[in-house]
Amino acid sequence: MSRTSTRLFDSRVLVDAMVGSLQKLDPRVQLRNPVMFAVYLGSVLTTILWINSLVTKSTESPWFILGIAVWLWFTVLFANFAEAIAEGHGKAQAASLKKSRTSVVAKRLKSRSGKQTEEVSAADLKVDDVVIVVAGETIPADGEVIEGVASVDESAITGESAPVVRESGGDRSSVTGGTRVISDWLIIQVKTLPGQSFLDRMIAMVEGAKRQKTPNEIALAILLASLTLIFLLVVGTLLPFSLFSVAISGQGYPISLTVLVALFVCLAPTTIGALLSTIGIAGMNRLSQANVLAFSGRAVEAAGDVDVLLLDKTGTITLGNRQATSFIPAMGVKDQDLAEAAHLASMADETAEGRSIAVLAKVQFGLRGLELESIIPNFVPFSARTRMSGVTIDGIEIRKGAAEAVETHVRSLGGVMPEDVRATVTRIARSGGTPLVVSRNAEVLGAIELKDIVKGGIKERFAELRQMGIKTVMITGDNPLTAAAIAAEAGVDDFLAEATPEAKLAMIREYQNGGRLVAMTGDGTNDAPALAQADVAVAMNSGTQAAKEAGNMVDLDSNPTKLIEIVNIGKQLLMTRGSLTTFSIANDVAKYFAILPAAFAATYPSLKALDLMHLASPSSAILSAVIFNALIIIALVPLALKGVAYRPVGAAQLLLNNLLIYGLGGLLVPFIGIKAIDLLLSSTGLF
Amino acid sequence: MLMRRVDLGLDNDSCTCFDGALGNLSWDSPNDAGEVLMNTNNIFQIVLFLGVLLVFVKPLGAYMARVYSGSAFFANRFLGPIERLVYRISGIDSQAEMTWKLYSMAVLCLSLVSFLAVYLIQQFQGFLPLNPDGFSAVPHDLAINTAISFMTNTNWQGYGGESTMSYLTQMLALTVQNFVSAAVGMAVLISLVRGFTRRTANTIGNFWVDFTRGTIYILLPLSSVLALALASQGVVQTFSPPQIVPLLEPLVDADGKPVTTQAISVGPAASQIAIKQLGTNGGGFFNANSAHPLENPTPLSNFLQLLAIVLIPAALCYTFGDMIGDRRQGWALLAAMGVIFVPLLVCVTMAEQQGNPSFGEMEIDQTASAIQSGGNMEGKETRFGIVNSAMWAVTTTAASNGSVNSMHDSYTPLGGLIPIWLMQLGEVIFGGVGSGLYGMVIFALIAVFIAGLMVGRTPEYLGKKIGAFEVKMAALAILLPCATVLVGTAFGVVTDAGKETIFNPGPHGFSEVLYAFSSAANNNGSAFAGLGANTLFYNGMLGLAMLIGRFGVLIPVLAIAGSLAAKKTVPVGPGTLPTHTPLFIVMLVAVVLVVGALSFFPALALGPIVEQLHQAKQGSGS
Repeated sequence: MSRTSTRLFDSRVLVDAMVGSLQKLDPRVQLRNPVMFAVYLGSVLTTILWINSLVTKSTESPWFILGIAVWLWFTVLFANFAEAIAEGHGKAQAASLKKSRTSVVAKRLKSRSGKQTEEVSAADLKVDDVVIVVAGETIPADGEVIEGVASVDESAITGESAPVVRESGGDRSSVTGGTRVISDWLIIQVKTLPGQSFLDRMIAMVEGAKRQKTPNEIALAILLASLTLIFLLVVGTLLPFSLFSVAISGQGYPISLTVLVALFVCLAPTTIGALLSTIGIAGMNRLSQANVLAFSGRAVEAAGDVDVLLLDKTGTITLGNRQATSFIPAMGVKDQDLAEAAHLASMADETAEGRSIAVLAKVQFGLRGLELESIIPNFVPFSARTRMSGVTIDGIEIRKGAAEAVETHVRSLGGVMPEDVRATVTRIARSGGTPLVVSRNAEVLGAIELKDIVKGGIKERFAELRQMGIKTVMITGDNPLTAAAIAAEAGVDDFLAEATPEAKLAMIREYQNGGRLVAMTGDGTNDAPALAQADVAVAMNSGTQAAKEAGNMVDLDSNPTKLIEIVNIGKQLLMTRGSLTTFSIANDVAKYFAILPAAFAATYPSLKALDLMHLASPSSAILSAVIFNALIIIALVPLALKGVAYRPVGAAQLLLNNLLIYGLGGLLVPFIGIKAIDLLLSSTGLF
Repeated sequence: MLMRRVDLGLDNDSCTCFDGALGNLSWDSPNDAGEVLMNTNNIFQIVLFLGVLLVFVKPLGAYMARVYSGSAFFANRFLGPIERLVYRISGIDSQAEMTWKLYSMAVLCLSLVSFLAVYLIQQFQGFLPLNPDGFSAVPHDLAINTAISFMTNTNWQGYGGESTMSYLTQMLALTVQNFVSAAVGMAVLISLVRGFTRRTANTIGNFWVDFTRGTIYILLPLSSVLALALASQGVVQTFSPPQIVPLLEPLVDADGKPVTTQAISVGPAASQIAIKQLGTNGGGFFNANSAHPLENPTPLSNFLQLLAIVLIPAALCYTFGDMIGDRRQGWALLAAMGVIFVPLLVCVTMAEQQGNPSFGEMEIDQTASAIQSGGNMEGKETRFGIVNSAMWAVTTTAASNGSVNSMHDSYTPLGGLIPIWLMQLGEVIFGGVGSGLYGMVIFALIAVFIAGLMVGRTPEYLGKKIGAFEVKMAALAILLPCATVLVGTAFGVVTDAGKETIFNPGPHGFSEVLYAFSSAANNNGSAFAGLGANTLFYNGMLGLAMLIGRFGVLIPVLAIAGSLAAKKTVPVGPGTLPTHTPLFIVMLVAVVLVVGALSFFPALALGPIVEQLHQAKQGSGS
């Protein structure tokens, strides 16, 4: 979905935004933003003043008043336009999502066990209804697979065209309404009511319909409203001040309402006020472009503050399951013998670990299943009691399992565990691997090393997080020894070994009580409590429904290191607001120097000394400031949409950079801008 | 030399407004008169003052931190029984904790009692003892204005001390309030400190305990020592009635009768002057305030008083750092104050040393020499000269101490602009005892908020996250005094009641009204003179301004204290914005100055700035 609309200024979006900016002139819409509402009222007032100047005689030229009125309306329109364009991006995404929500007919099973189905509209499905979906059909609602395996095309949600496998049980059992089954069939238990499905929430989200103001945004809005109030007072009291000044100096005339309104609009933090909601919407858009769905803006903002990140080891830091990496035979045993025995013992072992042993035997020694066809094996499956599995062929007992289990088994047959194998086992465990020992009757043949493979590039990602000031903690069910070795290899800061759901929850609470903000990524049902407790909880889209419900964001790519991008977006969101606020306030200095000497030119000619820009005339000076104030909003729309770039260089350096660019820049730019506009205006000869 | 009258005060007529050039100010290039503006004497006195002040910051700051944290210390052994006696008599449970709302109620109750006490004593002074001049009740509007003024630590004086108040009123009403209002300011600051140090707590301490400790362990001992030192310099301390002395040169009064004697006012002054300076109060015993020879007789008494004005506000920065467990934070706040204070001090000194252009035309010698300080000496005392007058003007308006030792009305436009602006900055450059620092912390919250956003993190200050509530309260605390100054001045210059008593023509008259409201709404109390402020209009309006300036800041601060105390403390990490670095100090200074400049630039432009430019233009034209 998102990959189709990454361009900032699509022509369709632009046209829609222009229409939208006119629609937003509705005062009820304007009332939501106090800063812009004040500008709106100013526009109305100057328009009335202009009409008044046409019918009655006034000291000011109607052309001047008209100029101010028109540019104040532009200021309002530009703010509307910025917001509309950000919303437009979201709407484009929502439109493509809505296509997959076209009415679907569901085949509901009449009884749980029976095969009889009835056709109902997807909208009439209730929670816990059971439906069957076969190849070529669209899944009618979010649910849990209770029977069957099928490949599903989830591109409508994830934008990823490669189909994914969904099956009952385990962590791949959740399906999303609106996705399509492309092979086989699934029996699904419905988990959400129509209208509240994942897709519905996603559409609402990207459309911005459910956008709520985030805590920092509220705080900033209060600050901006207070500034607006101060400037309203400054400008409001300027009228009596000017009346008094005219009276005592005996020359000039009191400052006009038009100039007062112009001064007020220039001083009020209109730049940030106009772009505030744009920044928020654009931030959410950027997030969905990164294929992350946030269900609350609060969580996105919180992502910028994250101190601790908890990551599941398996699938996040390491590649899926452990894999056999080497055979280490006991003294006097040929490695080929060990490999052969290990291979035989793993033949019936369908776990990923078992398969990886067979693969390794094949790769290293060319062993194949074919050679064993003639024999009638008697497989011994893994049991939790014996903690071994294996095969008995012609009375030869081949076993593989944990070192202690095999030792007990061998000892019962009168054998012993050779010292060198024991040493190997310890070495493997210490290096973070998992040792398995293989025996043939009473003889120990050697050990197999199973290792977690740390994902490529993950260490660099953790280093990046550290630079951002985020501590990474690996969570694993492994014993502390193994965990420590993997933690060291992956470069995480800390680990929690032998983790149970309770231990995870306790750990998060402990960090939170210490005042830290915790982020967590997870996919399994047993992650759900911890996800619910974490401040920022990113569930993998491939994960279970429970995990997705518990999280406040869903990563459609199921990429656990996506959190780095989320943090970036969260930080950008705040930085853009802060930087534009600074810029907006810094702008005021130049505007004072433009407007004040002009406003009091007749009363106090000596104030001309404050006209640092040497502007052409009082009316040109005031109009230039108003025009600059309006144009800067449009000029900053791309920045509001893209966000201020974040680099992990430390808080002090970031502040210095942004102060120089937006503080100092904000001080200087309007001097240049207003002067340039003044030159243009005066060249027309009208002012 | 040019001090024309001892009895200079608010209700007096105007000082002369002068015309002339104040051209290019420069550091060392001689002015028209061939004079160096920052001469060795000026530099030496400023450096000496700042140096001695800095020496006291750490020991006094550390001592105050121990006082308020209740740990054992030297003075506790002697004064501890008094503290416990106070609690026993007044039935205070010193262990009881208060929520911010309860704390605010306690402050408000005490303030109400203070107001009534000061008002009633003024009303009944005619029937009370220690009234050698036989003064009768103070008029209602003036009495109310004065009661508010002393309760709010403003010490705006619409009256002349020696001609209105009995000794008992001076001692029991005014001096007592000098202690009380100062101790309240410090207590509120300490409760704000607790807001930062406590974690997920509902309470911010016990107001009565903070108030009692501040009075007994800090204000009383310091003012006792200072009062004795001042008395040694000749500040009067007596219950004797005014002294009648023969005039050297007999006069004739309006009715043509010969006048051969004059009455010199005396009274229990030293004890009041000490706390007037230490508590950043500023209300003079005599109408001429610290320009009066019996209130501030010698250069040494002047130096001691100057030091006393900023001593506690500066040292409280150290106390703040000490109590929150990171002294660098306290030094950073003090540095931010210094960064604004020193350049403005130098600026006023230079502006005054430059001299008064009108005097040049009158052929008055304004050059500095061994026998005179030179410069614009109108309205200044010869025993203080330029630099001690300028230091006093800047120090008293930076700290919210309303005392004067020269008449600000007679300053050059630029020299007068800076004191007005310092007050308009919200009295946070040192400011009032306690109130200055809590005001500065409010600005720090705003600075942290904007800076925090700029580094992409929810803003936090000293481990506490700054949320919408804190921003709302901080904005209120900054907005209310600003609004009061602007709206009050607007009323002053449009209503007939306001305009009637503006004695000076032109923009200078505007400056006078602006100065009065800036002073009242920021609880300074300093007066520009040249404005007849003892009228029903000004007594009422300025009284209201003082109330808003005091409680419109104090209550939001307590609310912030309560809200912060309830929050968790965020540990410092690599993503945390450090708030003790030069960069943050610059940011804080910028926020203070920008808010002050943006709010008051138009008003200042129509007053002192236009006056300055007008003169510069005339000067260059002539």
